[in-house]
Amino acid sequence: MKVKVISRSTDEFTRERSQDLQRVFRNFDPKLRPQEKAVEYVRALNAAKLEKIFARPFIGAMDGHIDAISCMAKNPNFLKGIFSGSMDGDIRLWDIASRKTVCQFPGHQGAVRGLTASTDGSTLISCGTDCTVRIWSVPVAATLESDHASNKPIEANAVYVGKNAYWAVDHQWGGDLFATTGARVEIWNHNRSQPVNTFEWGTDTVISVRFNPGEPNLLATSASDRSIALYDLRMSTPARKLIMQTRTNSIAWNPMEPLNFTAANEDCSCYSYDARKLDEAKCVHKDHVSAVMDIDYSPTGREFVTGSYDRTVRIFPYNGGHSREIYHTKRMQRVFCVKFSSDASYIISGSDDTNLRLWKAKASEQMGVLLPREQKKHEYQEAVKNRYKHLPEVKRIVRHRHLPRPIYKAKELRRTVIDAEKKKEERRKAHSTPGSIVTESVRKRRIIREVE
Amino acid sequence: MGLEEEAGGSAKILPPTEQELSAELDTKLQKYLRGEGADLEALKDKKLKGQLFVREKLYGNSAKAAAKFEKWLMPSEGGYLEAEGVEKTWRIKQDQLTREVDILSSRNQYDIVLKDLGPYTLDFTPSGRYMATAGRKGHVAIVDMKSMELIREMQVKETVRDIVFLHNESFFAVAQKKYPYIYNRDGIELHCLKEHGAVSRLQFLKNHFLLASINKFGQLRYQDVTTGGTVSMWKPTSAAPLVKMLCHHGPISALAFHPNGHLMASCGREKKIKIWDLRKFEVVQTIPGHHAKTLDFSQKGLLAAGTGSYAQVLGDFSGTQNYSRYMGHSIAKGYQIGKVSFRPYEDVLVMGHSMGWSSILIPGSGEPNFDTWVANPFETSEQRREKEIHSLLDKLPPETIMLDPSKIGTLRPYKKREKPTKEEIEAEKEAAVESVKDIALKKKTKGRNKTSKRVMKRKVLIDKAKKPFLEKQMLEEGKVAGKKRNLGEETELPASLKRFVRKKAAV
Repeated sequence: MKVKVISRSTDEFTRERSQDLQRVFRNFDPKLRPQEKAVEYVRALNAAKLEKIFARPFIGAMDGHIDAISCMAKNPNFLKGIFSGSMDGDIRLWDIASRKTVCQFPGHQGAVRGLTASTDGSTLISCGTDCTVRIWSVPVAATLESDHASNKPIEANAVYVGKNAYWAVDHQWGGDLFATTGARVEIWNHNRSQPVNTFEWGTDTVISVRFNPGEPNLLATSASDRSIALYDLRMSTPARKLIMQTRTNSIAWNPMEPLNFTAANEDCSCYSYDARKLDEAKCVHKDHVSAVMDIDYSPTGREFVTGSYDRTVRIFPYNGGHSREIYHTKRMQRVFCVKFSSDASYIISGSDDTNLRLWKAKASEQMGVLLPREQKKHEYQEAVKNRYKHLPEVKRIVRHRHLPRPIYKAKELRRTVIDAEKKKEERRKAHSTPGSIVTESVRKRRIIREVE
Repeated sequence: MGLEEEAGGSAKILPPTEQELSAELDTKLQKYLRGEGADLEALKDKKLKGQLFVREKLYGNSAKAAAKFEKWLMPSEGGYLEAEGVEKTWRIKQDQLTREVDILSSRNQYDIVLKDLGPYTLDFTPSGRYMATAGRKGHVAIVDMKSMELIREMQVKETVRDIVFLHNESFFAVAQKKYPYIYNRDGIELHCLKEHGAVSRLQFLKNHFLLASINKFGQLRYQDVTTGGTVSMWKPTSAAPLVKMLCHHGPISALAFHPNGHLMASCGREKKIKIWDLRKFEVVQTIPGHHAKTLDFSQKGLLAAGTGSYAQVLGDFSGTQNYSRYMGHSIAKGYQIGKVSFRPYEDVLVMGHSMGWSSILIPGSGEPNFDTWVANPFETSEQRREKEIHSLLDKLPPETIMLDPSKIGTLRPYKKREKPTKEEIEAEKEAAVESVKDIALKKKTKGRNKTSKRVMKRKVLIDKAKKPFLEKQMLEEGKVAGKKRNLGEETELPASLKRFVRKKAAV
């Protein structure tokens, strides 16, 4: 007869020396785990609860300005620094890690409306309501470390005076041109004191401008005639215009899908468009209860942050209709500008109460260097929570966010208004000949027309 | 197009060994896929469809990786016994086996004779390393099976009917004469569970940390050993039993469950072992000729039946749940086998009998490869502590005790809210009345303890328990009668008076 019996020798299954790691043996057979789904469910519940316990997104506020903050700019070459400009003409460079001012750029007489840094990070360009465009050189030594005896004021390299107040400025990616907007769109070169090129379409003020990260000659602007216009620098005339029902306050291009951009609108929602097909929005992001003032994409291209007049900052997924996160504080008043940090971990918001605030992009994330085991554990918890997040108990915990009372009330009010309109529309449809009343899709509803 | 065909053709023509390998891996793959994938064609939502498509692909990849791991990277191979020539496996005796296997394994075959202290019952920890034995006359012992060392031995001086380990070897529960007690590894009595009464059988649910006991009045109780609270009767969410099956023509003497959760073996006094499929509640196989007092399934699906002084091991070798004789062993005549239990992760069957316990070798019964995170026979004390904490964090709520635990997280099929059938209502009512009948009323003194008054009080309690069911019944009948009455009224009135009939809204 042939016989074999299981026999395990101890030294094969235990460690040799006490300095060694313990040996781990795996058997993935489902028979050994009869209640794996129930265990996973309990783990998902615990993971959701732990996430809420560790959710502390607010890191700190950067104090220093004496008037509301109107604009911010990231330095593409230096991760730790951020430029901010306020309504009294004060421009500062902040060190995010220590939350202190590194240096100041005094000079503007009125509000600073636009700030932008060149692609190599050595030049800062600002424009304001005093009809000037100023070019500054960013001190390299100061960017390496923030001295205690800092706040050295810096002289402007160049001041270019124009005819009208300027509203926004943006620098080309990888080129040396920048665009300013005000009464019209003007393209400048660093060295020339007059704009190289001018675009004009209609008589309204153009209030924001953004260059496309993938296509350096393409830029999008929004004007106060409720339109979004696309311009190509190689052509002498503007390319395309899209007119909506309400004004767009700010535009951001998706850095990973450079053909798509998202527009932050006055009607409390953000609209994502494909630049090739402007007659229909790709996605409508609705969650704010007041005008959305600023928008910025994460470098991953998967989500974007918006700051709104309703005193909150929200983070939306790039293809989702509702926000995944909301940040608010009693002390933070109307948010006028937001930026996503270049390593996709932090959000900086500049608001009416003269402070810049630093937040975590993922509220319960553990910052710093994680051990690989910790990293795996976090990934596992995230995955198991996502698997069961549709079950009622888990969903209740994952979705729960505390809203300030005015926002909660405003949301309910909007809900009732929208429901009432919808019901009325449905009844009208039901009582008229089928096909006579056509409801427009949400993605097209707010667009009036597209113009070449 | 021609090129494409060529490429497709060359991919299909594999060398024969690779074909066999892929076929083998495919069969293993089914085990790890855990059922059918979702039907994505029926979805209209494109975004969801895309997301689910990616997920299904990931499941496929992980199942393939697990199948490959099982094939190539497992440290141990399973045991087997093959008879050569004319010999049959069930005629092979234990001394023949011990001569063929290695020394360490042959040490697993022994008999321990303890004449005085009664029939022995035993229980293993999930890793198979420690065994708790208890003799009827009060002898309790914890043994480390690896080193055959006696960890703790004590005499509780009372009849002991059953013993179980709790979540690890540090705690065990003993069903003594009047109440079950929980002891520490050092033999210190930790708890006396008075509410359970005189328990005859105990069982521990390790994922839920529930100690289940059944006492001589037929009451089933679940006790949460972490918080100390009792849960409730049959299933923590319903007082009536989930399923009632008529298995045998007489009393059932033994029950055992297969580790895959679908099969159950039961034995009755009419000398038949029946194998049931629990998904359809049907008999799969009837094995005549055994009146087994105890049954147990091994991790690999072998069934051990203990009758008198003979233990029979049955196995299904074709995979079609057709159990046939595999091995047998008879201990000394006159010894009665009380309990058979397979040792987890070893090819060993331990039988507790009236004169002690014996351990025999059954090749192919244990799972050769253990998972460190599930049960580790080589556990250190640090690992034991960590595991205890992790399993406490993963403690399942009692609501997860259900017939098919893989249904958690799936969509319940949409059913119109059905009213409970008459039988179900009756069952609930019976269960409520039973629970009321057990309440012990205080016996009053000073002449206030009249029998008639006690009887009245009990009657009132039973009526109170029945009241909600009767009220519901009356409501239903009232509704039906009302409907009938409305119809009746309308047909009686002449046509001209019909407009004056009050049209009440339907209740």
